[in-house]
Amino acid sequence: MYRNLTIRQKQIVWAWAFLALPVLFYGVIRFYPTGNAILISFQNWNLLGDRTWAGLENYQKLWNDPVFWKVFANTFLYLLIGTPISLILSFVIAYHLDKLRFMHGFLRMLYFLPFMTSAVAMAWVWRWFYQGVPIGLFNNLLASVGISQIEFLNSTTNALPAVLAPAVWAGLGFQVIIFMAGLRAIPTSYYEAAKIDGVGWWTVLTQITLPLLRPTIVFIVVFSSIGFLRIFDHVFNMTTNNPGGPLNATKPLVLMIYDTAFNGFDMGYAAAQTVVLFTILLIVSLIQLRLLRSD
Amino acid sequence: MVATPDIPRASSAALLSSKPDKRPPNMGQIIRWLLLFIGGVLMIMPIAYMISTSLKWPHEVYNVNLIPEEPTIENYTYVLEDGRFYMWFVNSIIIATITTISNLLFDSLVGYTLCKFRFPGRTIIFIAILSTLMIPTEMLVIPWYLMSQSFGWLDSYWGIMFPGMMTAFGTFLMKQFFESVPDDFIEAARIDGLNELQIWWTVAMPLVKPALAALAIFVFLGNWTAFLWPLIVTNSVDMYTIPVGLSGFGDEADVAWELIMTGAAISTIPTLIVFLIFQRFIIRGVVMAGLKG
Repeated sequence: MYRNLTIRQKQIVWAWAFLALPVLFYGVIRFYPTGNAILISFQNWNLLGDRTWAGLENYQKLWNDPVFWKVFANTFLYLLIGTPISLILSFVIAYHLDKLRFMHGFLRMLYFLPFMTSAVAMAWVWRWFYQGVPIGLFNNLLASVGISQIEFLNSTTNALPAVLAPAVWAGLGFQVIIFMAGLRAIPTSYYEAAKIDGVGWWTVLTQITLPLLRPTIVFIVVFSSIGFLRIFDHVFNMTTNNPGGPLNATKPLVLMIYDTAFNGFDMGYAAAQTVVLFTILLIVSLIQLRLLRSD
Repeated sequence: MVATPDIPRASSAALLSSKPDKRPPNMGQIIRWLLLFIGGVLMIMPIAYMISTSLKWPHEVYNVNLIPEEPTIENYTYVLEDGRFYMWFVNSIIIATITTISNLLFDSLVGYTLCKFRFPGRTIIFIAILSTLMIPTEMLVIPWYLMSQSFGWLDSYWGIMFPGMMTAFGTFLMKQFFESVPDDFIEAARIDGLNELQIWWTVAMPLVKPALAALAIFVFLGNWTAFLWPLIVTNSVDMYTIPVGLSGFGDEADVAWELIMTGAAISTIPTLIVFLIFQRFIIRGVVMAGLKG
């Protein structure tokens, strides 16, 4: 029967034969769970009892939950502090590294190496750095030059930046590499023309380099924003004795979801939180699409 | 989840090649080099301190010196003889390897099909897979957990692996690279009497080896360091992956910091070695994936 098919028909048969298993996978492991998460967000369910219809109850509970608003603020603080800092640092490093030839590959390696580490492992390393004297490296260094101790992870004001630091550190190398690729893609003729006209470096930077880097900048901003909105590994591991603490000062949305679902077993409430996270990430992605399209 | 910036004119390989500079270094260049060097050294300090501390005796751990006075591998012997890290290491290797192979096969097969075949439903499948990039893992963990519970997948290798057996990111990366395979090659192979499976495997796949290698590194690294889902789906100590095991180990009462650093080093050193060996190649892969994926 297969023999009687035209070449085009045979192609269709092959294509669907190749796609059968993947289509099943995406349906069962991606689409069905997405719908299921949205459905559960409208139900009450503690894993043991019956699933009962809750309507908008979970979302109302979220709206009235002071912990949620604290967590919501924290999640955006991670983004609002983390994204500009990593954007500026990675651009400055890439901009200067791009102008160097001597041991270029070696320097690039130093900056990129942290990207290859595991977040959990490095969270524990940084956690050790942050301990008080005589344990933690930072406070030992401060003590050796006679500066008073700093409470990092036990302070409600310092804990969030302290947890964020290793996340910024680990992602920096990736952004440097992307920026350097963006810089190399700018045609040298632009710079040569600027040189002939005797334009200063600041004008070159603001009138040529940055405008032409716009797509790269948008990509990095969105990529790192999404990363900071989903922060979890670092927070969880640096505050295992009191996850998200002290006093929820470091708790991001993903940790609240994890807690509600797998410690509190309040599946409906946790699902509503995941829908909120999904909506936030969707908005960020749509903003990016708009920004790229308007080029 | 992230659209691609369009950076034309230069291939990723050309973007990374360094042009030799004939001019003699001036003062500005020397200062620039020194500052970047100091910054780079600071960047690797956490890794350096992790390794250094894992080689220290307990009495020296809280000294700030980077080079251990009397280096010892005692911590490694202790941690490995305990047996758990060894077990978690093996679990992570198995899980990351199987997931990587699955991604290489399926992502490239789907990418190839979407790129080179014309069939009804192609656009819908393409958009459907693309749209899954928008769905965050965190939204799916609850349904995955319920699914694993009802199918008895909790606390098993399959339970840890199943969500990552195929990825939309890998599919699109591969699709992009199959665009560069000329249709004439495929047509010629058809005339030679190869069937479509043979054409994909023997003609198209060898032409996209660099992309396959880049994908393999990303998938392996991603699964090696994955934390949230393995944390949720495992509950017996012998099913933990390295990150989940390390997290629990660090949290045990009275565990010494040098032992935690040793565990952290055991989980990090393999990826660092892979990076140091394939450095140029991995950085090129990051650029390819970042710009095309």
